[in-house]
Amino acid sequence: MKRTGRVWKFGDEINTDLIFPHSAFRASPEEQCRLCMSDNRPGWAAQVQPGDLLIAGKNFGTGSSRPGAAVLKRLGLAGMAAESYNGLFYRNCIGYGFAALAAPGLTDLFEEGDMAELDLTEGTVTNLRTGAVCQGNRLSEAMTEIIEAGGMEGVLIAKGYIPKKEDSKEM
Amino acid sequence: MGMTMSEKILAAHAGLPAVRPGDTVTCKVDWSVCHDMFFNVDGQDLYQGVAHLDHPEKCVVLLDHAVPAPTTRDAAGAVYARAFCKKHGISNFIDVGDHAVIHQAMVERGYAAPGVLLAGADSHTCAAGAMNCAARGFGPADITYLFCTGETWYQAAPTILYRLTGALPPGCTGKDVFLYIAGIYGDATGHSVEFGGPGVANLTIPQRQSIAAMCAEINAEFAIFPCDKRLEEFLRARGDRESRPVAPDPDAEYADVREIDLSGLVPYIAKPHFIPGNCVPVAELAGLPVNQVVLGSCSNGRIEDLEIAAGLVRGKRVAPGVRFLVTPASQRIYLQAVKLGLVETLAEAGAVVTNATCGCCYGGHMGLIGPGERCLATTTRNFKGRMGAPDSEVLLCGPTTAAASALTGVVTDPRTLIKGGAQA
Repeated sequence: MKRTGRVWKFGDEINTDLIFPHSAFRASPEEQCRLCMSDNRPGWAAQVQPGDLLIAGKNFGTGSSRPGAAVLKRLGLAGMAAESYNGLFYRNCIGYGFAALAAPGLTDLFEEGDMAELDLTEGTVTNLRTGAVCQGNRLSEAMTEIIEAGGMEGVLIAKGYIPKKEDSKEM
Repeated sequence: MGMTMSEKILAAHAGLPAVRPGDTVTCKVDWSVCHDMFFNVDGQDLYQGVAHLDHPEKCVVLLDHAVPAPTTRDAAGAVYARAFCKKHGISNFIDVGDHAVIHQAMVERGYAAPGVLLAGADSHTCAAGAMNCAARGFGPADITYLFCTGETWYQAAPTILYRLTGALPPGCTGKDVFLYIAGIYGDATGHSVEFGGPGVANLTIPQRQSIAAMCAEINAEFAIFPCDKRLEEFLRARGDRESRPVAPDPDAEYADVREIDLSGLVPYIAKPHFIPGNCVPVAELAGLPVNQVVLGSCSNGRIEDLEIAAGLVRGKRVAPGVRFLVTPASQRIYLQAVKLGLVETLAEAGAVVTNATCGCCYGGHMGLIGPGERCLATTTRNFKGRMGAPDSEVLLCGPTTAAASALTGVVTDPRTLIKGGAQA
């Protein structure tokens, strides 16, 4: 499973209150996207294009269980890679079907605007401008299946816990 | 090779003889728990489509973050929560009136118990580890799956052992132990944390709850205390009839073993806007003015915390210009505080005693701070803007430091006030 896209670069210790501020709790899904990183990088959310990738430093997602990974996905990001994650946030990525790799040593290899390729099966992050490759963790088959299903929602639909949406609703 | 406590609990719930760090296993959990924020945030209404729960008897739903509802959206979330429980036959529902912050509810109501595997929709769920169980936080998607199936995947993490010796000196509490550890050793990302050694016996159960809750802030996967006589006595008093205590094997393998002499501690404080590697002795910041002091939360909203505060402020007044908010961790603690006269003592000193709620700890409900303000709190998190205005500051401390500072209006090492003989 691969994701290729333009890189947005963030530093260390991007916490869940930056990704999903408390004001987002009472906001619409669209407004939640606009509020994402609005304290540390105002205006960023509006610049994200579908398929872009996020590259970040250490301890990405420290903090609460709030659905920050869902907002990153809804913004249009195709996936992310970080030096390390808060374990709960990483679970949230898998749970919402948002491709995420941990790859120590990653941030020195990228500048903002580079094109990158995430290979979740091989656990590699490649800078397509420089050719530099960072070896990270390989996603287990089970986790890859969850991401490919679109997260836990897809798994629950496949298993019959959540009925499939009626065709009429999608037309 | 032996196993740590977390490895043993995961193995037992995966039906495996052993689990090693790095293993990904599927476990049947004993309890899946969610709170009001699961129901009142737009765009995460996955639960509404759920047709069937395999084990509603293993699900717990409670309202704690925004109670009583401050907005109609929060009120709507509570409506959805009640309807969800009714639809699926969830009898373990804790409503306003007997409410508690989730992590206190787990301990008070007996869900958290030795050997249990507990899944909660809140990052500080690891607080339940004070009860010798393996508890961790999950996001809304995972919790929905847990509610439906009663199981989920875990990746076992390597474990750091904190080996405690000695007993805490006056002025120091469990919170100070955590802030010291977090200040010296930094984060524990990718690791579980376990506690052991003779010093554990000298920590009260609420002190252990405080430490375990805070381990979310160093990115710990689990935070687990052993089962000792003190916990056994607590469980008996709670009415537990049986227990499945878990102890680490003597040859359990740890990523690191760190010795902490409790008797050498001093009161500690976390500076804004993060905790790992950012904590110092309170004395180093003494004299820094504060606008608001908060005592409460899953970390420090229990009777012994309120007793410490009441003991310090009795017969005195909160400093002019300072708001002192006291938020018990549960309605039961609130009632006990009323009966013990603690609410009266605190209110006479000028403190505002609120109902039990996560409240201002997450910046969502009551007691927020304005532009440029500084809050000293016993709550769990000090991210930038956490409690209100984006340019406000939160510093974190134990209950003794909080109460002492409420009296002076500046960050105060509590030992300077308790030397005269007042008990802390």
